[in-house]
Amino acid sequence: MAGKTVTRSDLSEIVYNAVGLSRSESAQIVETVLDEISDALIRGEDVKLSSFGSFLVRHKNGRMGRNPKTGEEVPIDPRRVLSFRASHVLKEKINKMAGLG
Amino acid sequence: MIKSELIVKIAELYPHLYQRDVETIVNQLLDEIGDAMGRGDRVELRGFGTFSVKQREARIGRNPRTGESVAVAKKHAPFFKTGKDLRDRMNRDGGR
Repeated sequence: MAGKTVTRSDLSEIVYNAVGLSRSESAQIVETVLDEISDALIRGEDVKLSSFGSFLVRHKNGRMGRNPKTGEEVPIDPRRVLSFRASHVLKEKINKMAGLG
Repeated sequence: MIKSELIVKIAELYPHLYQRDVETIVNQLLDEIGDAMGRGDRVELRGFGTFSVKQREARIGRNPRTGESVAVAKKHAPFFKTGKDLRDRMNRDGGR
């Protein structure tokens, strides 16, 4: 495993090399892509990106939880959580690149 | 929202770009995130979330219909953890 961390600046570099925008505009468009995906999820919409995967908004009901340290009961409010389901294409790519079929 | 709708939205915000360039950008971003996971790297996008790869050991699975044992090979599974900022905003800005 290589174990490096890829960040926004690496992604901007990809955009910079792809279509010949300025560095600052490349960084800005990476941000816009993430913002548009986030905004849809915040509105409660699922985001499906073919050959990559789906971000699904799931609704969790409220329930009584327990503080494991004190044993005290605490109410957990209903909330929305995000789950990511990778597409088959992405799963296959990752396994192929790792030399696992 | 699907990928083509995302591309149209971004193209509207960058009217000086051709829609096909926006399409290239979106596809290259997603490809790079996938390539990074294929290399075993993490992709950390503060406020949005982190993509990483989890290793699943080989195991003996079972066909739930027939009860038959089947060998499941070792594999790498992509994983996404939602960033704190996005998680909070999904519960604050949009209501529940």
